[in-house]
Amino acid sequence: MTRLRWLVPTLYIVFLMLPIYWLLNMSFKTTNEILGGFSWFPAEFTVESYVKIFTDPTWYSGYINSIAYVGLNTVISVSFALPAAYAFSRYRFLGDKHLFFWLLTNRMAPPAVFALPFLQLYSSIGLFDTHLAVALAHCLFNIPLAVWILEGFMSGVPKEIDETAYLDGYSFPRFFTKIFMPLIGSGIGVTAFFCFMFSWVEMLLAKSLTSVEAKPIAAVMTRTASTSGYELGLLAAAGVLTIIPGAIVIYFVRNYIAKGFAMGRV
Amino acid sequence: MLELMNVSKRVGNQDHISDVSLRFDKGSLNVLLGPTLSGKTSLMRLMAGLDKPTSGDIHFNGESVVGMPVQKRNVAMVYQQFINYPAMTVYENIASPMRVAGVDGETIDRKVREAASLMKLSDFLDRTPLNLSGGQQQRTALARALVKGADLVLLDEPLANLDYKLREELRVELPKIFAETGAVFVYATTEPHEALLLGGKTAALSEGRVSQFGPTIDVYNRPADLITAQTFSDPPMNIVPMTKSGAAFAFGGASVAVSGELAGLADGAYKVAIRPHHLMLHAPGGETLVQETRVSTTEITGSESFIHVETEGLRWVALTHGVHRVEVGDKVPVYLDPHSFFVFDQQDRLVAAPSQDGLPHEDLASASAGHG
Repeated sequence: MTRLRWLVPTLYIVFLMLPIYWLLNMSFKTTNEILGGFSWFPAEFTVESYVKIFTDPTWYSGYINSIAYVGLNTVISVSFALPAAYAFSRYRFLGDKHLFFWLLTNRMAPPAVFALPFLQLYSSIGLFDTHLAVALAHCLFNIPLAVWILEGFMSGVPKEIDETAYLDGYSFPRFFTKIFMPLIGSGIGVTAFFCFMFSWVEMLLAKSLTSVEAKPIAAVMTRTASTSGYELGLLAAAGVLTIIPGAIVIYFVRNYIAKGFAMGRV
Repeated sequence: MLELMNVSKRVGNQDHISDVSLRFDKGSLNVLLGPTLSGKTSLMRLMAGLDKPTSGDIHFNGESVVGMPVQKRNVAMVYQQFINYPAMTVYENIASPMRVAGVDGETIDRKVREAASLMKLSDFLDRTPLNLSGGQQQRTALARALVKGADLVLLDEPLANLDYKLREELRVELPKIFAETGAVFVYATTEPHEALLLGGKTAALSEGRVSQFGPTIDVYNRPADLITAQTFSDPPMNIVPMTKSGAAFAFGGASVAVSGELAGLADGAYKVAIRPHHLMLHAPGGETLVQETRVSTTEITGSESFIHVETEGLRWVALTHGVHRVEVGDKVPVYLDPHSFFVFDQQDRLVAAPSQDGLPHEDLASASAGHG
């Protein structure tokens, strides 16, 4: 038994990595080879798909747009959630617990429900097809999430630290930025990661609220597939490039993420 | 000078502080003595300005400071928990109040190093607090309170979470260090012998009320009422309901002749309180009241023993020096010496206390030897 201990984790990782490997494999093949038959390695190794993505503005602008609204959303979510989470963790006020729970219910509604009202609202105030439109729409589920995660981290900081800082003469803004935020730095990192991730993978709102100027990469991918037949190699390359930003971000917060999960707030 | 005038604090429908009036002079050392939940921390928070009193007024140097933001109060406070800024080094932790006040770098450096050497932290200035032992963390907090040069220094059981040796050491040093700054120094503790060691003045707190405020020795020797006597005694005082008639105090079947102050009291029922180290298992010289008791528990700490006894439905505890060999269930006689009687009337007010020369034991010595 003990000698076969490696077996299950290895199988698990193999099955987990197989689709990713297949995506990577496909991205270096030509479309003809992909459709032609089954092979573990590209017979004609080509980076043509990647070259096309990085040179064709209709492709790379999709990445720029996605990164723009995701970044914007992360900044908005974290900066609005910080004071909100502080209030929930430090003050008792009428209905605080209900409000805190109500935040969570925002995550229970499917985004499709909000697609139509957002579309109509943003069209009428000229926000349609802007990065801000998508960033704001994604706040719908990211701010409640950010408040929940941050509140957990903040409640782990004793209130006496706040008081000691006030007694030392710190004003609230100075205390918050100089003392408090470094203390929950890992929490802010984890929160930013989750905001990034949920915003990055969300497609329905991002697609419905944009047309040309702010079209996200996921939308670019579906359109290309429908107009120029099956460019599978190109799609696979786009897929690989879509995974990379998430992988980079997760690398930086890898040590803190377990803590976020452990607090049961994610 | 800090002055509390009829200060009360209500949270919900609970009275945390009820009608407290105190006056602390500049440069004085004051002890708030009381058991857990007696309101020490609540009172300190009011003094610091972290909480607002529900009614009453707090004056500092003649000016009302109620509602003044804490940032403007020039108060330093050290908590029982070790509170530092974990993201900063020890150096920056100590420097922090001066940094906020905009003191120049050179002065900061000099003061930080001064305070660090007083608190024996010089070797740890580059570490962060979480990499220090509990004692070092608390000394960091104390150093920060010291450099601030506050007018009011509040220490809320600062040594409660420290180990025995460090506590002894800091307890001696702290009052000296802070006395030099000329601040009003307030120290909260649950331990009577800590109050005695610190000296100064003591305010005995119980259930949010100050039962007595005066020089520590006076409060110890002449507690104004039973509740103060209990606050200032650990383990608790032994209460003996006695009847006085003529020149004798009687309890159970026995009685003892008294003289002096005790003899002058009016006849009637009294509550007599006796400190645990005055409840004797061996007959001392002179007149005593002997009571047969049954041993219910014994605690032996090595240098002293606590013998818990029961008699006539009362529970008493005797503190004796050395290891006493008595078994649970043993019948032992207990000797009550009238020279150690604190006599309270039926309203719990003190009517007679032991005179300071006729005591069976040296009072302060045995109290300060305490059991920690």
